Amino acid sequence: MTAALTVASEAVGGFFAALPRRIPLLGELLEMFSYAFMRNALIVGLLVSLCAALLGVSLVLKRYSMIGDGLSHVGFGTLAIATALHLAPLAVSIPVVVLAAFLLLRISERGKIKGDAAIALISTTSLAIGVLVVSLTSGMNTDVCNYMFGAIVAIEDADVILSVALTAVVLLLFPLFYHKIFAVTFDESFAQATGTKTGVYNMLIALLTAVTIVLGMRMMGALLISSLVIFPALSSMRLCKTFKAVTICSAVISVFCVVTGLAISYLYVAPNGSSLPTGASIVMINVVVFLLFWMIHLIKGRVRA
Amino acid sequence: MALITCRDAAFAYEGHTAVSGLNFSVSCGDYLCVVGENGSGKSTLIKGLLRLKSPSSGSVLTGDGLKPSEIGYLPQQTAAQKDFPASVFEVVLSGRLSRSGLRPFYAKADKALARQHIRSLGIEALQGRCYRELSGGQQQRVLLARALCATQKLLLLDEPFAGLDPLAAQELYREIERINRKDGITIIMVSHDIASAVKYASHILHLKTEQAFFGETQRYLKSAIGAAFLGGEAQ
Repeated sequence: MTAALTVASEAVGGFFAALPRRIPLLGELLEMFSYAFMRNALIVGLLVSLCAALLGVSLVLKRYSMIGDGLSHVGFGTLAIATALHLAPLAVSIPVVVLAAFLLLRISERGKIKGDAAIALISTTSLAIGVLVVSLTSGMNTDVCNYMFGAIVAIEDADVILSVALTAVVLLLFPLFYHKIFAVTFDESFAQATGTKTGVYNMLIALLTAVTIVLGMRMMGALLISSLVIFPALSSMRLCKTFKAVTICSAVISVFCVVTGLAISYLYVAPNGSSLPTGASIVMINVVVFLLFWMIHLIKGRVRA
Repeated sequence: MALITCRDAAFAYEGHTAVSGLNFSVSCGDYLCVVGENGSGKSTLIKGLLRLKSPSSGSVLTGDGLKPSEIGYLPQQTAAQKDFPASVFEVVLSGRLSRSGLRPFYAKADKALARQHIRSLGIEALQGRCYRELSGGQQQRVLLARALCATQKLLLLDEPFAGLDPLAAQELYREIERINRKDGITIIMVSHDIASAVKYASHILHLKTEQAFFGETQRYLKSAIGAAFLGGEAQ
C-alpha cells in the first residue's frame, strides 16, 4: 500500500519535473513561482481580486462604482503620509479609508451634494494632499510611481499575512450576508420598509470595500485598483441573467484576469529590457474580457432578433 | 381595533410641511385609495405609514399586533432596477428577508411560499427569467408577489400602475382586488387613476397637502370635492 503510494507520488513528481522540458511556456510559469515576490503577488492578487469582484457587483448595481475610485485616492494620500512618518502603510491606511467610506456613503445618502460630486471632491483633495506630502519629504521618486500604478515587488511578507487575514474575513462575511446584500442592492426602500436595517448593510458593504481597496493598492496602484471592482461585474452583467450567476461569474473573471495579467507581466520582456507593469496588464486583460462578453451579448441579441 | 391610525399627523421635508391634518384609520380588510394631485403629499404619507419617515407632529399608531416586518410594500420602480440582473425567483424570495432575521439563508418554507405566490399571480412561466427582460406589467406582478411574501395583513402600493398600458393596468387592478377580497389583505394604494380608484376601493383619502376627505367611497362620490375631482377627470 505505502509502496504503491510512493510509486504514485514519484510518478506524479516525475511528471511535473519533466513538464518544464516538454512544454517550455509551462516551465517558465512554474519557475515564476520559485520567486518569493511572485508567490506573494499571486496570493494577494487572488484573494483581493475575489473580494473586489464579489463586492463590485453590488457597488456597480447601486451606482456606487466611483466610490472605489474615490477610496483608492484617499488610500494614496494616507500611504504618502504614513511613509513620510515612517509608519506601517497598510495599518494606517485601512482605518482612514474605512472612515472615508462611511463619510462618502453618508454624503450620498443625505443627497445634499450629489454623490458623484462628493466623491470627486474627496478623491482630488486626498490626491493633492498625497502629492504635497510626497514632494515635501522624499520627492517624486519610484516609490510614488509604485503607489500610483502598483508594483508587485512592493508586497512584503507582512502585507501578505495582513491580506490573507482581512480577505478571509471578507470572504467569510460575504456568503453569510449574501441575501441581505442582494435585497439592499435591488431595492433599498422595500428592504427598509419591511424591517431590514439597510443602513447597517450599506455600512458593511462600504467597510468591506474599503479594506479590499487598500489591500489591492500595492499591487494595482491607487489609480488602477477600482478596475478590479468595476470590470468583472460589468463583464458578467453582459451575459448573466441572475444575481447569483453574476456574482459567481465576476469572481471567476476577476481571478482569471489577475492570474493571466501576472503571468503576462512576468513572461513578457520588452526590447528595452523592462517588464510589463502588473497592474496595467491586469486592467488590459479585464478590458479584453469585457469587450469579448459585450460582443457575445450583441451577437446573441442579433440571433434572437 | 384599526391596523393603522393617524392622529393629527403631519409630515415635513426639511422643515417644510408636506402634508398635515391627517386623521384617519384603516381597518382589517379595507381597500383604501389615496388620491390627490402631484405634490399633495401622497408619497410622503406612504413613507410615513412605512415608518421610513417619522411624523413632524401628531402620531401614527399601529394596532392588531401589526409589526413593521408585516407590511408588504410595492414601491415606485427605480432606474437602477430596470437593468438589474436578477431572476424572478430571486426577487420574489427577497420578500422573505425580514422574516429570516439574522439567519443567513432562506428556509424551505420561505422558498415554498415564494413559489406559491408566483403561482397565484400566474407568473410561473417567468420564474427563471431575468427581471430586466420582462414587460412593465410582468415586473409589477413580480414585485407584487414579493410584497405578498412579506405580508399577510397589509399591503402598501405606491402608484403601481405608472407606465403600464390600460390592459395591463386593469389586469393588475383585478389581481389586487382578488388579494383584498379572497386573501383578506388590507390594501392602501396611491393612485392617479381616480376612475378606477372609486370603482375598486372601499375607502378614499383625498389629500391637498392636508386631509381634504376621508371616508367610504359612496360618500366620496356624493361629496362636493369628490364630484369636482371626478368631473375634472372626465373633461
